[in-house]
Amino acid sequence: MKLEHMYQDIILDHYKHPHGKGLAEDFNAEVHHVNPTCGDEITLRVTIDPDDHKKLIVSYDNQGCSISQASASILFDQLNGKTFAEGEAAVDHIVAMLQRAVEPDEDILGDGIALEGVAQYPARVKCALLSWMAWKDAAIQALGTENSTQNESN
Amino acid sequence: MTTFDVAAIRADFPILGRTVRDGRRLVYLDSGATSQKPFQVLDAERDFYEKHNAAVHRGAHQIAEEATDAYEAARANIAHFVGAQANDIVFTKNATEAINLVSYTFLNATLKSLRGKDLPKGAQRFVLAEGDEIVVTEMEHHANLVPWQELADKTGAVLRWIGLTDDGRLDYDSAKLIIGSRTKVVAFTHQSNLLGTVNHVAQLVELAKSVNAVTVLDACQSVPHMAVDVVDLGVDFMAWSGHKMLGPLGIGCLWGRAELLNAMPPFITGGSMIETVSMEKTTFAAPPARFEAGVPQAAQVVGLSAAVDYLNAIGMGNVAAHERHLTQLAITELAAIPGVRIIGPTDTSNRGSAVSFVVDGVHPHDVGQILDEQGIAVRVGHHCAWPVCRRYSVPATTRATFYIYNDDSEVHALASAVRDAQKFFGV
Ligand SMILES: Cc1ncc(COP(=O)(O)O)c(C=O)c1O
Repeated sequence: MKLEHMYQDIILDHYKHPHGKGLAEDFNAEVHHVNPTCGDEITLRVTIDPDDHKKLIVSYDNQGCSISQASASILFDQLNGKTFAEGEAAVDHIVAMLQRAVEPDEDILGDGIALEGVAQYPARVKCALLSWMAWKDAAIQALGTENSTQNESN
Repeated sequence: MTTFDVAAIRADFPILGRTVRDGRRLVYLDSGATSQKPFQVLDAERDFYEKHNAAVHRGAHQIAEEATDAYEAARANIAHFVGAQANDIVFTKNATEAINLVSYTFLNATLKSLRGKDLPKGAQRFVLAEGDEIVVTEMEHHANLVPWQELADKTGAVLRWIGLTDDGRLDYDSAKLIIGSRTKVVAFTHQSNLLGTVNHVAQLVELAKSVNAVTVLDACQSVPHMAVDVVDLGVDFMAWSGHKMLGPLGIGCLWGRAELLNAMPPFITGGSMIETVSMEKTTFAAPPARFEAGVPQAAQVVGLSAAVDYLNAIGMGNVAAHERHLTQLAITELAAIPGVRIIGPTDTSNRGSAVSFVVDGVHPHDVGQILDEQGIAVRVGHHCAWPVCRRYSVPATTRATFYIYNDDSEVHALASAVRDAQKFFGV
């Protein structure tokens, strides 16, 4: 059954027990993304790791359907503490996977490969991508603020 | 009680014969978003294109005459359906455009007045000053909220709204306090597309009239489902969409009180809405032509007229009775499921057939997906009425809406699929 292909146990597990949910107090950038057709919402913060400026710490709070919630939980597992380049590659990969343009790569997406079944339901692709788009937006903003402060101190 | 043969009705709707999701029978419970179309409507449109297609109100040839006659005869038929005169009906793209036509009338009159332009007699009612008030309700579809927010933003008028009670009704006590001497417009829905609530039009009209405010009724969810007589309702404007009442996509209606239509500056301008044009100046045609710029959607209008005939043959009283029966059944069956909560009135008096609900522990989008797997088409989300979701502290709802072609078995299927969703998600 197609439905079980989308709602794999691993997805339902992330949905019921999300990883890393809750907002960090200190952050360099915060974004709020919504899916206006169904009302799914996420607030996502990116903090530049004070010990290693290449690493981006992720925190988030969200509400929405199982797919959007599970996807955010997976994003946290995959991208928390990663560099922008690593994160951007993962975003590109999940987008391509949901367009059925690439075979899912577990090394890049971890449990995110279980979201592959979402590609059969075009209306749900937005749910799966909400947090990943929010991460990219926040990461770019966070790095932008860092660059500008660096420029000022230069 | 249903007084007509639903099976016979279903046979007129070709789409209801198809299957979805690997051979499931289609259970279409999304008529509140758009209704399905019977053969009679499809045939009328096709017949127009096959035999009479020409640009209405232009051209000196026979088929242009026929197209114009078909268009104007349809206008008369559609007008009669809501107790109106033909010339007081303006065709638009949809209800959204019809409401914008009215909100832009206020903006355009206000702009012209600010520039010291002469306004037609009676147009002063559309001129807003800073601090004037526009009143809506908290249960509006975005189509009857956002245009008024924008109007307020551009003119300096203040948008106020009538709140809702916990059981999904308008708070009429607060309406008395909110509608006051500065109120220039009261825009409200006849039936909420999310809650199903049917509002007391007369009560709001009386309050609005006492302060000489213009009333705008969003009848998108009432005209398709019950007998509506616009003169009895006493409003100044009424907007609705053809596609929710068995008619084609791309056709909406605005009814306006004749003296107001006559006084209104145009909204969309161009061909077919003029009287005389020179390089310096244009004078405008009388309504309804003044508000129908460009070549009109004649085939859609003809299709909508066939939809009106179809509904008249059933009788709107019978349509309403059938829907009341299905609504009662749906509320009873859904409310009996532990963990399911109806968002909106649970008694069927002054209530239409939009039944919204939430399932504890299962997000509406997921409920909709499980239903879809069983061939049941519902709408999930905020239904273009986001403030209503906020009012009842739900992120979204699942909504079933019923029409003439739905039957008891489909309500049973809905309730059973909701139980399946609970099982699937382990709640
Ligand atoms: C109550 C209500 N008002 C307005 C609209 C807007 O109608 P349309 O999208 O056809 O313009 C709808 C339906 O979408 C509705 O249900």
